[in-house]
Amino acid sequence: MSIDLKTIKHISKLSRISVDEQKAKKLAGDLNSIFEFIEKLNELNTDKVEPLTSVAETTLKFRSDEVQSKNIKEQIIKNSPENNDDFFVVPKVVE
Amino acid sequence: MSNITSLSLTSLVNNIKNKKLSSEEITKAFVDRSEKSKELNSYISEDFSNAIDKAKKFDKNPNLDLKLPGIPMAVKDLFCTQNIKTTAGSKILENFIPTYESTVTQNIWNEGAILLGKLNCDEFAMGSSNETSFFGNVLNPIDKGLVPGGSSGGSAAAVSGQLTPVTIGTDTGGSIRQPASFTGIVGLKPTYGSCSRYGIVAFASSLDQAGPMAQNVEDCALLQEVISSYDKKDSTSIDFKRNEYSKELTKDIKGKKIGIPKEYRIDGMPKEIEDLWQKGIQYVKDCGAEIIDISLPNTSYALPTYYIVAPAEASSNLARYDGVKYGFRANGENLIDMYEKTRSEGFGAEVQRRIMIGTYVLSSGYYDAYYLKAQKVRKLIKNDFDESYKKVDAILTPSTPSSAFKIGEKKDDPVSMYLNDIFTVPVNLAGLPAISIPAGHDASGYPLGLQIIGKVFKEQEILNIAYAMEEKISFKNKITDWWIK
Repeated sequence: MSIDLKTIKHISKLSRISVDEQKAKKLAGDLNSIFEFIEKLNELNTDKVEPLTSVAETTLKFRSDEVQSKNIKEQIIKNSPENNDDFFVVPKVVE
Repeated sequence: MSNITSLSLTSLVNNIKNKKLSSEEITKAFVDRSEKSKELNSYISEDFSNAIDKAKKFDKNPNLDLKLPGIPMAVKDLFCTQNIKTTAGSKILENFIPTYESTVTQNIWNEGAILLGKLNCDEFAMGSSNETSFFGNVLNPIDKGLVPGGSSGGSAAAVSGQLTPVTIGTDTGGSIRQPASFTGIVGLKPTYGSCSRYGIVAFASSLDQAGPMAQNVEDCALLQEVISSYDKKDSTSIDFKRNEYSKELTKDIKGKKIGIPKEYRIDGMPKEIEDLWQKGIQYVKDCGAEIIDISLPNTSYALPTYYIVAPAEASSNLARYDGVKYGFRANGENLIDMYEKTRSEGFGAEVQRRIMIGTYVLSSGYYDAYYLKAQKVRKLIKNDFDESYKKVDAILTPSTPSSAFKIGEKKDDPVSMYLNDIFTVPVNLAGLPAISIPAGHDASGYPLGLQIIGKVFKEQEILNIAYAMEEKISFKNKITDWWIK
């Protein structure tokens, strides 16, 4: 298997990470060597194996659906790069 | 007392309880040494003057019933600390000031400890050498040109260099045990679910675990006792009976069955690692334990599995860094452009690489071939351990396939960097506890570690084995203070 530049561009779009030509070439090289290493898994026949979903052999606990944090609006927006005291502010989406 | 910083945690606690030392004296000693140790680059953020104020306050009204009374401690910068900058070693969180405290650090402060500062680490804990940190690499106190290991590299260097009595790190694929091994200290990765993940910057949620790093096994047991707790805020936290690890610590391991997995004897492993392992086997025999040869047949598939599962989870966890809610934002022409530039400028190369791998293995058309396949192999790896644990109580292996390597040596070769974690990664995939203890030196005098892997929730068992071995090994770290200004 080989990951070409077109695939790198596709993954970068899905990842929301912009890449220029030079970075794409470097990434293609890196990812190809990593996937070559990962392909080793194909040696194993896993047709009859159930995938592992959790290492912890316990069932998740239920809890009542109650609000635990109240009036923390200030805390929530405190670290945002831009806000207007009530909302996060982002570049204009609708004209 | 002339050399406070060389005392163990246990000894510092006793000195405070017997009123031979004050919290202020101890805190000032560690602050002073940390100030002189800037060259190591262990700290990302310092909180020294606050620490001394808190120590003075403690001394005015000391509560000596606590487990860490007035003990200063620096922690890995992956733990959210309320009102204190938490960066995860990343530019994208360069100015992030959490409004809440992680459960693990809260447990530490509740027992009387005092924050010294936040310790350097690989960006988002992704790395094995601390070279991926936005804040520069950490130097290994053992020798100037060496990496301290990673991702808890700043933590390991700070304990080894005596800038903090003990610390906590996080371990997703070896990030506590490998740097502990590289710097000649003890590091424990607890059972998945033992320590709460609440307030720890997430990397790969099914693998991440916090754990103690210390100069010796007794200190490690005491800190584990403090940090491990059931926490409703972490849905994967497990409600099991936790031991009083330090009080129950014993060197009596007579009759324990210790497994030696033949698959860990990998091709090209240096002879000094093999020799160290044989020495370790002799030590546990001398302690009255029984050695049993075992097989973990799927060991060689652990790293490829890890490099699917961990990036997949990371790509999902790191989707939250979008330049909107918190963290760095780059300007863009529109919303999507802003996202893409923010993430491209805010994340370093290794983090971007892992997000891309993770996105690819989870993407439409590839999910079954990679992610599902990896989850199936992960099951086989866990089954291997389950089978072995029908015959043995614990497993003894080397911690790493080599001693600490040179700065820059593996930086441009991701796969060779990943191979460092070959002995530690299977433990995370299976959710088991494991401890690395310093066990010898290589020809250059660099420390080498041995790893003891336990059954789930059997931290006490591996701590006891480590405690018994520690006495036989009587390891001395060769540190010359070359960096002290």
